[in-house]
Amino acid sequence: MAAPIEVSGSDAEAQPEAVLSGVDRKKIQGRSLGQIAWMRLKRDKVALTGGVTVILLILMAIFAPVIVKLFGHPPNEFHQELIDPTLGGPLEPRGGMSKEFLLGLEPGNGRDLFSRIVYGARVSLLVGFLATLIAMVIGTTLGVVAGYFGGWVDWVIARTMDVFLAFPLVMFAIAVVGVLPDSWLGLEGNGLRMAIVIFVIGFFSWPYMGRIVRGQTISLREREFVDAARSMGARSPSILFREILPNLVAPVLVYATLLILTNILFEAALSFLGVGINPPTPAWGSMLTQAIRSYQIAPYFVIIPGVAIFVTVMAFNLFGDGLRDALDPRTGR
Amino acid sequence: MRVRPKLMALSSGLVALSLGLAACGGGGDDGDGGDGAGYNAAIENIVNPSDKKGGTLRMAISSDIDSTDPGNMYYAWSTNFVRLYSRMLLTYPAKPGDEGRKPAPDLAEDLGTPSDDYKTWTYKLKRGQKYEDGTEIKAADIKYAVARTFDRSVLRSGPSYFADMLDAGDYEGPYKDKNLDNFKGVTTPDDYTVVFHLKRPFPEFNELVNFSGQTAPVPQDKDKGERYGLHPVSSGPYKWEGDYTPGKGGTLVPNDQWDPSDPHRKQLPAKIEMIAGLNAEELDNQLLKGDIHVDLAGSGVQDNARKTILTDDKLKEQADNPVGGFHWYLPINSEVVPNVECRKAMIWAADRDAIWRAYGGDVGGDLATSIMPPDVDGREKGTDYYTKAEKGYKGDVNKAKEALQACGKPEGFEVTMLYRSDRPKEQAVAVALQQSMGRVGIKLNLKGYPANTYVTDQFGSPEFNKKNNVAIGTFGWLSDWPTGYGYLWALTSSDAILPAGNINISMMKDKQIDDWWDQAYETEDPAERAKLYNQIDDRFRSEAYVLPGVYAKSLMFRPDSLKNVFFHKAFGMYNYSTLGVE
Repeated sequence: MAAPIEVSGSDAEAQPEAVLSGVDRKKIQGRSLGQIAWMRLKRDKVALTGGVTVILLILMAIFAPVIVKLFGHPPNEFHQELIDPTLGGPLEPRGGMSKEFLLGLEPGNGRDLFSRIVYGARVSLLVGFLATLIAMVIGTTLGVVAGYFGGWVDWVIARTMDVFLAFPLVMFAIAVVGVLPDSWLGLEGNGLRMAIVIFVIGFFSWPYMGRIVRGQTISLREREFVDAARSMGARSPSILFREILPNLVAPVLVYATLLILTNILFEAALSFLGVGINPPTPAWGSMLTQAIRSYQIAPYFVIIPGVAIFVTVMAFNLFGDGLRDALDPRTGR
Repeated sequence: MRVRPKLMALSSGLVALSLGLAACGGGGDDGDGGDGAGYNAAIENIVNPSDKKGGTLRMAISSDIDSTDPGNMYYAWSTNFVRLYSRMLLTYPAKPGDEGRKPAPDLAEDLGTPSDDYKTWTYKLKRGQKYEDGTEIKAADIKYAVARTFDRSVLRSGPSYFADMLDAGDYEGPYKDKNLDNFKGVTTPDDYTVVFHLKRPFPEFNELVNFSGQTAPVPQDKDKGERYGLHPVSSGPYKWEGDYTPGKGGTLVPNDQWDPSDPHRKQLPAKIEMIAGLNAEELDNQLLKGDIHVDLAGSGVQDNARKTILTDDKLKEQADNPVGGFHWYLPINSEVVPNVECRKAMIWAADRDAIWRAYGGDVGGDLATSIMPPDVDGREKGTDYYTKAEKGYKGDVNKAKEALQACGKPEGFEVTMLYRSDRPKEQAVAVALQQSMGRVGIKLNLKGYPANTYVTDQFGSPEFNKKNNVAIGTFGWLSDWPTGYGYLWALTSSDAILPAGNINISMMKDKQIDDWWDQAYETEDPAERAKLYNQIDDRFRSEAYVLPGVYAKSLMFRPDSLKNVFFHKAFGMYNYSTLGVE
């Protein structure tokens, strides 16, 4: 006969979590939103896979030099002795994949594709995160102001968001990259190019965040706790910072995750069109351009950067979806 | 960005997968049944001869033409293409082999007759030749055509030989002085006689008149300066239907005023479509299928098509791999890199093998020594300076570092390199040089520009190069005419330096070389002149003004539907003036 779970004193009602938590004495306590969300997230296998993948990708980007030193060759080093001089393809079969070159060789110059993919993650993730940060800051600020104050302020900001959303980002990026000088604000060369790309993407993706935040703010400002705060004499800034913003953390976090993947795709598109980071720095989008130019010579090459982009974007997507479900199970499903 | 993220992710994945699957699907087998005439058949023979009229000839280019104005173009393919709507005093015969390289009369009755001192040249015009509107072509029209090439602020892209050679005082062109009588460089004693007056004797003058479109007649009252190119008035078998649209192209239709006794051209297709701005990969795809008949650039197919053609017997029969006559080389700008030892360092560090591979290895060309390619009359192979024209040669890092020490920059230096963004082979060359020079600390920042503005506004503009710190760039040159003068003058003479469309990109103001050019004018014997040209070529390289590349062989493709196609030695590509599609 199994021993009954001991429940201490005043906690009269049996909580399901308490039953499941085993034999140990545990004080039943209320769980915060964060803890409940975390438990729901832990149960969502798909989201966890996404999250783990994201972490692995970040680690891969951070430790790229170490990984490449152990498993590959420097990403810009040519190995043309392994390439057919007339047709341009790797001399060995399967695209030159071997223990030395885990993903094979780039056609023409024989660069190590494994290293280039690993280093390419740096560009994608760095641009993705920083651009999203910019978008988050601008979008949250303007979204909250629009949603909370309403009236003509809201009208102006909402229309601005519409204009930005309608703007052809890629064409603007091409134009900007074309006219900007070689050095600006102390940056030059690839540093400047990276900064321009991050800025352009961030600056044009803020409305995506802005709209969400504005919507959330509008529904929040009508809630009872805001009325309560106001009736106690709290002024607008205090309400904004203590009542509204904390409740925005959850949706902002979720949509930031989803925005990162959009911005990673933007960066890939810009690199693909040749207005991203300069050669020889590896970037997945420009690898895709090169791959298409040599798909007859090295058919596997097309798949590799595409899969890298796909996996990264899916990982953020699944994690972001899971996060949203965990924080507010009424949406989705 | 309104597309939902999941959809974006899924579609990007699908794109990647489908591209992979398509690639595995394999090459084209869209042969129309007929066998090609055989690999390399068009090098010495006319393939698919036909006199049938009709059909639409489709010609495409991946960037755009430098100019449709016959007085303002310099690319070899442009001067080839212009023959469809322009006749000149002299032109190349439409014949394969060496016969195609000799000047022949076109609107003139015969080659020009020189005076004893080779300073005056007289041409007699054929009578009854007409423009597309029925007006007769007179000597004054030829004089006007030459006069307008004097104003480089209006016509910036064409050759500058006339302005350099004709004895016209300080004549500035008809846009600044409308009275044509003030242009003394060319005189017209009557309506059918054109006389050129030169500053210096020049026995090769017929070659000069022959090679470009600059003696194509232009009616003064129809000239619109820079805008004349939108609808040049035709003297050839075709005329523009409406205007030419830059970036998009235009349509040519038969010109019923053209004299069919013209031996150098045919009027077979009912319509000719010229398509600009077509992506290079897409162009090759359509070319292999026969949807497009001609790649106007004439520099060969890209990497994918090269593989497809060389590994498919049926396609290979429709291909030719001639020695094109071009030299793909890289001039070094001595204004941005004034110290000769620094320039030597760049040449020492350069990976010649990678350049050779970028153009297609054995099929792409042979490693170069002299700047003049082998087919220039009297050219000598010459010595390798600071590099080796050997297969597998990847540059010499140690010698490069020594040179850097000698020039006072042991850590290297940073400069810009230009290339044509619509030419994947040139991009590959740029990346290879960035990598190989980077080994010794010479950091190249790569910048790409489209071919149609590259020579006029970027690499061919000394001001642009100075402003952007451009030290080196991809380039190519085909002899203007097959002597050393025709090859080297524009590249090495200080008199040839121009503010736009400059070919002396190295900015050479070398006294010894200029002296040798002056000597060449006074030298009557062609063999003696050839000796001078070889000396100039040698010094061009010994003073490190240039990185030699490859003598080009292009892998070119001719669909079976294309008629009368043959390789023209003077243009370095298929001849465009006699094609048919029926």
